[in-house]
Amino acid sequence: MRTLRRAETSLPEWVLQRIREASEQETDPIAKSHLQFILENVLIAKARGLPLCQDTGLPIFRVEMGRDLVLDFNLQEAVAEGVIIATEEIPLRPNAVDPLTRQNSGDNTGPGMPDIILELVEGRGLCITAFPKGAGSENMSLVGMLNPADDPFDFILRAVAERAANACPPLFLGIGLGGTFDLAARLAKHALFNLPGSSPMEMDLLKRINSLGIGPMGLGGDTTALGLKIEQACCHTASLPVAINFQCWAHRCASEVIF
Amino acid sequence: MRIGGDLLTEYRLNTPLSHEDVQKLVAGDVVYLSGPVYTARDKAHALIRSKGCPISLQGAALYHCGPLIHKTRVLSAGPTTSGRMARYTEEILGLGVRAIIGKGGLPGGPFRGRAVYLAYPGGCGAAAAQQLKARDVHLKELGMAESLWEFEAKAFGPLIVAIDSHGKDLYQDVRASVQSRLRS
Repeated sequence: MRTLRRAETSLPEWVLQRIREASEQETDPIAKSHLQFILENVLIAKARGLPLCQDTGLPIFRVEMGRDLVLDFNLQEAVAEGVIIATEEIPLRPNAVDPLTRQNSGDNTGPGMPDIILELVEGRGLCITAFPKGAGSENMSLVGMLNPADDPFDFILRAVAERAANACPPLFLGIGLGGTFDLAARLAKHALFNLPGSSPMEMDLLKRINSLGIGPMGLGGDTTALGLKIEQACCHTASLPVAINFQCWAHRCASEVIF
Repeated sequence: MRIGGDLLTEYRLNTPLSHEDVQKLVAGDVVYLSGPVYTARDKAHALIRSKGCPISLQGAALYHCGPLIHKTRVLSAGPTTSGRMARYTEEILGLGVRAIIGKGGLPGGPFRGRAVYLAYPGGCGAAAAQQLKARDVHLKELGMAESLWEFEAKAFGPLIVAIDSHGKDLYQDVRASVQSRLRS
């Protein structure tokens, strides 16, 4: 609940720093005005304890759990309880609906929600990261099953060119290269957890994306992406899966060490 | 609004908007709106299509927004992606709407000669909440995000004129330039 409140009402300092730098360097007047207003929005949200964005997202959590830890409670239920309390108290917009009837559960929980992504680590600790994810950017995400002869970076550039405007740029991108249909998507989500990347390959792709001129909110400018991370896995010799998980400028996440 | 050395032309307008208000706006201008602003997104549009609109939208500013509201206090109310409502643009503008506010843009054709598309910076819900008060709610059965909220706006902006009524569409211009950069 506390972690979710922090994630919804403030941004990690490094994310803010990226937006500040982009705002200073931006040469397009409309783009610059957008970036300045984004920074103003962050100040207002923090000062008043308000969610940065009305799309308070779906509740996604990364749980890093020590191999030696034994839990005497149901983790899924405990996190769901926190989400229900957070929805009432922060408050959050109820976003979770049945995919067919579109009936809203009213508390952001239901089958599959919250989505808990569990990772085993050494030791006996437990760390939870709240990662509320809005639909604007998630809706633009995709998995491509490429031909091994295709250029994956060309695919990524084309996808960003076509989809970025609706995903609330300037963006962060989680990219999964290789694996299978679903592993590529998991890698892409995991890459968002581990932002930002700084390898030559990642910096080169970032530069190519920013040279497209899409700009904040797709209205043109030098700032299209603020950061990206690529995670890789082996794939079948006949496959080349590529997943892109779009994230808006509001890369909301907050962690808490439970034990 | 002065950004660096560039001056963007700025208008302060009251809603409902007149035909003259719309005509003087040019893509790239900045607008601040005061007066009634109505929200509608996916479900409200579908319901307006099937059952008609519960209020008059003559001259209205229609905001693609699913706000976060506690009782009657607007807590966060930035724009949602307009593209999902593209299929309704023609008939919504036919009801007299003179400005659609959102993010990401819409096909420009239906706006020609009668309306403008105004872009509010996406994700800036907390800032928008300082400029909007909830006055009434219609189609409440659709739930918080999908209801048709009637807001009273006070200097709601900066809204960028992204599609004007004279055929200029900033998104289209950017898309064309992005495509040519992709090819080079």
